[in-house]
Amino acid sequence: MEIYLDNSATTMCYPEVGELVYKVMCKDYGNPSSMHRKGIEAEHYIRESKETLARILKVGTKEIVYTSGGTESDNLALIGCARANKRAGNHLITSSIEHPAILNTMRYLEEEGFRVTYLPVDAQGRIKLEALEDALCPETILVSVMYVNNEVGTVQPVEEAVRIVKQYNSSILFHTDAVQGFGKYHIYPKRMGIDLLTASGHKIHGPKGIGFLYIGEKVKIKPIVFGGEQQKNVRSGTENVPGIAGLGLAAKMIYQDLDVKTALMRELKAYFLDGISRIENTTVHGMTDEGSAPHIISVGVAGIRSEVLLHALEEKGIYVSSGSACSSNHPAVSGVLKGIGASKEYLDATLRFSMSEFTTKEEIDYTLETLYNCVPMLRKYTRH
Amino acid sequence: MRFHSFLIKYGEIGIKGKNRYMFEDALVRQIRYALKGVDGNFHVHKCHGRVYVDCDGDYDYEETVGSLQKVFGIVGICPAVRVKVAEIGQLKQDVISYMDQVYPDKKLTFKVEARRANKRYPMNSMEINCELGEAVLGAFPETSVDVHDPDVKLNVEIREEVYIYSEIIPGPGGMPVGTNGSAMLLLSGGIDSPVAGYMTAKRGVELEAVYFHAPPYTSERAKEKVIDLARLVSAYAGPIKLHIVNFTEIQLYIYEKCPHEELTILMRRYMMRIAEEFAKKDGCLGLVTGESIGQVASQTMQSLAATNAVCTLPVYRPLIGFDKREIVEISEKIDTYEVSIQPFEDCCTIFVAKHPVTKPNIERMEKSEQNLAGKIDELVRTAVETAEIMRVEQER
Repeated sequence: MEIYLDNSATTMCYPEVGELVYKVMCKDYGNPSSMHRKGIEAEHYIRESKETLARILKVGTKEIVYTSGGTESDNLALIGCARANKRAGNHLITSSIEHPAILNTMRYLEEEGFRVTYLPVDAQGRIKLEALEDALCPETILVSVMYVNNEVGTVQPVEEAVRIVKQYNSSILFHTDAVQGFGKYHIYPKRMGIDLLTASGHKIHGPKGIGFLYIGEKVKIKPIVFGGEQQKNVRSGTENVPGIAGLGLAAKMIYQDLDVKTALMRELKAYFLDGISRIENTTVHGMTDEGSAPHIISVGVAGIRSEVLLHALEEKGIYVSSGSACSSNHPAVSGVLKGIGASKEYLDATLRFSMSEFTTKEEIDYTLETLYNCVPMLRKYTRH
Repeated sequence: MRFHSFLIKYGEIGIKGKNRYMFEDALVRQIRYALKGVDGNFHVHKCHGRVYVDCDGDYDYEETVGSLQKVFGIVGICPAVRVKVAEIGQLKQDVISYMDQVYPDKKLTFKVEARRANKRYPMNSMEINCELGEAVLGAFPETSVDVHDPDVKLNVEIREEVYIYSEIIPGPGGMPVGTNGSAMLLLSGGIDSPVAGYMTAKRGVELEAVYFHAPPYTSERAKEKVIDLARLVSAYAGPIKLHIVNFTEIQLYIYEKCPHEELTILMRRYMMRIAEEFAKKDGCLGLVTGESIGQVASQTMQSLAATNAVCTLPVYRPLIGFDKREIVEISEKIDTYEVSIQPFEDCCTIFVAKHPVTKPNIERMEKSEQNLAGKIDELVRTAVETAEIMRVEQER
């Protein structure tokens, strides 16, 4: 039995997407910049993908720029906008619980001379809007707040944050890292006033190595990689056509009957949370209601180091993450859990279960059953 | 400069009396093995008490030297130019062209050292020295001769062919692997044990290894890390038979039945017993560990005595007198350091007590082990029988 509950780390590629990627890679392999028919054929795949994404986000096709994934999109948004708008000011704002792709880029920009404010979060992991209001100043040029936190699943009050920012000064750019939100929510950047939005292919059953950045048409941005001036010189480099085609199809598929799928995930999540509450000395980080993403469940199990419980589940064929999968190789304590003020006993004793539209009730039952067996057994042997 | 051959210098083998051929054959075998994955056609042969690596056609010089530098028993590697045996006029041309290409800066002192293994050559060594020396001086007036302490010792060996060489690249020393039996290395994933394996192999010992893991307390990645380490050591030691033992049940059982501060020592006693069982099965002549006196609680003199007491085979500890810094230096040299410091838990650290015993007493340990009498033999047997065994070697 293989139960994959690590969908916030990455997802299984839709087989249809895999087939399309293969076809574009091996058969329709032209370079979209080529003048001949093969090039035009390749360009068609890009156009189709762009149209899909533009339809989903209700934006223009010209506002989509493909990148190698979430990390690059975040880098391009922050570095590209900071440099392009330097004359207007040197102050940037973000939250203290962003993904490392944001936090480390901000640290880099600090080295370049920008000033960065890191907003604190409340116990549920939501940014404090008063702190945002206080942080805004005449030098502020960009605010970046993630859509859904990747470790505990909290949905950020992005809409309110945008309103506050734009009320203060409508020319301040607003970026959101929606890697965990795209494919789970209907997000319409233009209506919400979001200027830039990051998304990634492999979190929505698409290929790895592909993502995109929505860049509103009025946004001033500079490239961060230089070359053949593809994608209107915002992102040089031959387009990853197989990935772009795959990302487009994956987005189309995941947004098909999205509400039905997320409702089902919410049901399973509630069922799982109910089951977890029967294990003593456990806690659920973040929120349990609509304020939290439908697919992420962060559970603290006192007395068992997360790595041990993770491997114990792995032995039974259940795959989960400790903290955030992207940084799980470095057994450092999670900054997010600290940020939300999680109590000490849970800091290195927290697992993240993340579901997908393929998760079933049977899988959740089996997972709960396994936890009921493992947890008391592992608690017997602890470090002294 | 294109070199056609490498002349291999070896040290200690030369003094091995009647067994000498055995050591030389092992060296030739190890060199052939080391060069298996290198681009090029190599002919390795021994001749008149020397080992030669002749290269046919194109080959990758850097890779070849790099691989040879990992063959124990080699003291020096001399890249040589190989030319046909010809009359002295041609030989002069060859030597001048060698000097011209190898030493762009001619402000140097030199000395010609000719050897005439091929006694049919019409001049003797002294005569050849003089003729060639004069020829070099004539061609490059900036050079001068110094017979006592020359910058360049230009060797010209006349055999079936003529070998011209002057540079010596240091080899790793030691003795060819396979000339001193085999040993079972307790490989942990830390910094020390791969170095201990390297040091043992350096003295010509073939290695097997045993690794204890404790799923779910240790991860699959920790196991892969150990396989990676074994592979890096095998670049020097040749193929390693690695035994991977699931130690979880034994560990938990000790944890349940014995005082926690004794856990580490008791665990290590069982590890030694299991390692010895594998060692005896395969005819290994000893165990090897990376211990050094006083490094941690389980490596005090008393602790070493307590773990040593369960073995009948000798336990070799090549790092016994080394400081951590010295061990790290070697591990950096043999490229295991980077892998060793990857942060995965190993089974020695998971249940470690806050204050483990540092002066264990053997009788006390034996008494504690009586608490385990009920089940331990069976657990050990299962661990031995279910061990995963694999052959690890350098990818080529």
